[in-house]
Amino acid sequence: MASLIAGGVDCDVHPAVPHLTSLLPYLNDYWRDQVTTRGMVDLVSQSYPQNSPITARPDWRPEKGKPGESLSDMQRHVLDPFQLSYAICNPLYGVQMVFSEDMQAAFCRALNDWLAKEWLDHDSRLRGSIVIPTQNIEKAVAELERCAPDRRFVQVLMLVMGDTPLGKRALWPIYEAAERLDLPIGVHAGSAYHNPPTAVGWGSYHIEDYVGQAQAFQTQLTSLIVEGVFAKYPRLKMVMLESGVSWISPYLWRLHKFWRGVRMETPWVDRAPLELVRSNIRFSLQPFDAPPQPETLIRLFEHMQSDELVLFSTDYPHWQFDGLDALPEGLSPDLVRKIMIDNPHATYPRLK
Amino acid sequence: MNIQFRENQEAASTLTAKTAIADCDIHPARATRTELYPYLAKRWQHHLEVYGVHAYQGMMEGPPYPKAQPNASRRDAYPPEGGPQGSSLSFMQQQLLDPNNVQLGVLNPLNTGQGIRNHELSAALCSAINDWQIDKWTSKDKRLKASIVVGNEDGLSAAAEIRERAGDKNFVQVLLLSRNVEPLGQRRYWPIYQAAEEAGLPVGVHAFGFGGNPITPSGWPSYYIEEMVGHSQCQQSALASLVLEGVFERFPNLKMVMIEAGFGWAPSLAWRLDKAWQRLRSEVPHVKRPPSEYIREQVWWTTQPMEDPERREDLFDVIKWIGWDRLLFATDYPHWDYDEPSRVLPAGVSEANREAFYLGNAKKLYGIS
Repeated sequence: MASLIAGGVDCDVHPAVPHLTSLLPYLNDYWRDQVTTRGMVDLVSQSYPQNSPITARPDWRPEKGKPGESLSDMQRHVLDPFQLSYAICNPLYGVQMVFSEDMQAAFCRALNDWLAKEWLDHDSRLRGSIVIPTQNIEKAVAELERCAPDRRFVQVLMLVMGDTPLGKRALWPIYEAAERLDLPIGVHAGSAYHNPPTAVGWGSYHIEDYVGQAQAFQTQLTSLIVEGVFAKYPRLKMVMLESGVSWISPYLWRLHKFWRGVRMETPWVDRAPLELVRSNIRFSLQPFDAPPQPETLIRLFEHMQSDELVLFSTDYPHWQFDGLDALPEGLSPDLVRKIMIDNPHATYPRLK
Repeated sequence: MNIQFRENQEAASTLTAKTAIADCDIHPARATRTELYPYLAKRWQHHLEVYGVHAYQGMMEGPPYPKAQPNASRRDAYPPEGGPQGSSLSFMQQQLLDPNNVQLGVLNPLNTGQGIRNHELSAALCSAINDWQIDKWTSKDKRLKASIVVGNEDGLSAAAEIRERAGDKNFVQVLLLSRNVEPLGQRRYWPIYQAAEEAGLPVGVHAFGFGGNPITPSGWPSYYIEEMVGHSQCQQSALASLVLEGVFERFPNLKMVMIEAGFGWAPSLAWRLDKAWQRLRSEVPHVKRPPSEYIREQVWWTTQPMEDPERREDLFDVIKWIGWDRLLFATDYPHWDYDEPSRVLPAGVSEANREAFYLGNAKKLYGIS
């Protein structure tokens, strides 16, 4: 494996909410009463079943409780051994799955306050993502603006499989606010399950949903590009989190070809998709979905024609690699430095 | 695709017009709205006149994402005698088959009986289109071979149609579309694979179709380009389903052809499947081997629309990872995003790989001597 360097930025770690009751202190009287009176249960998404092998590395799995719910474990497992300067917390609590926009907004607010108080306050290396209630755009923007004055929040978090394609114009006020406030949009693997998790319907298996995340990222990139998000908000950065990386170039070759063929349909897309990705889109390293041969890896990075696209991540506590082998074999020291330090800092202005 | 955008045309054009090729994706069209009626019972003719086809989508006329060209086809492909592009055998011979020296042309009719909610009507229309392929096309030009179109949502009647046509040398494959009510690995489709395997026929999965699902995992997108690019994501999900449901394990002699959805995605999908399978194989014990092995042994891809990197050599990495023996050249005639045979492969490809790509792989897969 390529050698790690100290001072890196881990762009994707997952602190877990122990239980819905953990959020009670962060809910107002009305919602606290709703949760208790109605007997609401934990908001666990089927994207990451708690005991699934991919949800936690065996040596990162706690004896009891949810993987990722302990700060001291996170310090011991990643922050210290990887000698990180920062780690960006992306909570994957299932707040996106509820159908009431009021409830979703209340839970997002509680989740963000919980993250600040129970994690960011306790380790100066931690940074946070603002989870937003995307079913109601006004509420989403309000939540983003409420959290933004706390500069420890460095990005906005959305799921790759939501209610609508991410390029849709209705979502643009979110992007306007994010660009204005120096917040990249992180798009993380996972589904609200408001639509079938593949474009051809409901599969049978957890593994099928997991593999399918990559196809969801691909359709979202198409949507973001052809709807004109980056023509309208040229400074907006988007980070694809837990997306996989080996599909990027062939996907872009195809998109580029069709853009040349039918660009009359979306004339506002005034730059080539390849260029837009190079200037506005980034991808987290793990899960690194290429075979272990260095020569293949070198060709894949050659195909990208850029050393700025990939950001270091461990995807803690998900099981993507063993030991400290987060960097695949074959990365040059220069590329390691770009991936671990330079690229994250260029992407997240609030890390300064 | 639109060749005026392609760079270095001179350098790319090394194939002589006389080199024989196989075209594994040709779309024959009906010249008139009622051209299938002679092959349909009176009951269904009446049904179509009164109720139409009642599909898994809202539009009665035309697609919900309007195409870039009328009928998604080349403007120079209208036959002189009238009718839509692709509806005249003599013009197809003159424009496609003769000048390109097409030795084998595989017909993939679209807008058939697939994606229709009334499954009886679906079966009747598919059977009609199969008769029509023989009468209008394959019996009149021996270079052309037909695909058995089947009512995709009713596996049993689809299997019956395959068994009815099995052994008929007019047909070289079974045809499905990628977007169905469920992912293609699901059990409702297994009778199709069983019958195809018994008949020794590959199953082609062509881009498109309607199954009622939003065509992205986040709902319906806005534009035709999203649907076009998205065919590759649909195809990936369909192939992942086939692997993970154990279709290839269960039907080890089944061969699948991924048609008109690109192939550049294949290595990445196979790597991703392998990596996830290493972690999660206890959920799918019926998938006994690494997914990439099934894909390497039982899946082929047609080439059009071929991915087009800025540096062509990047594409050869991908082809090497897939295998030169797994690609089948296709033009997609008469559709607008036609790939011109003489301009697809640049110089520098070995003669053996070139021959396999243009002709040899297809003849072997489809059993044409």
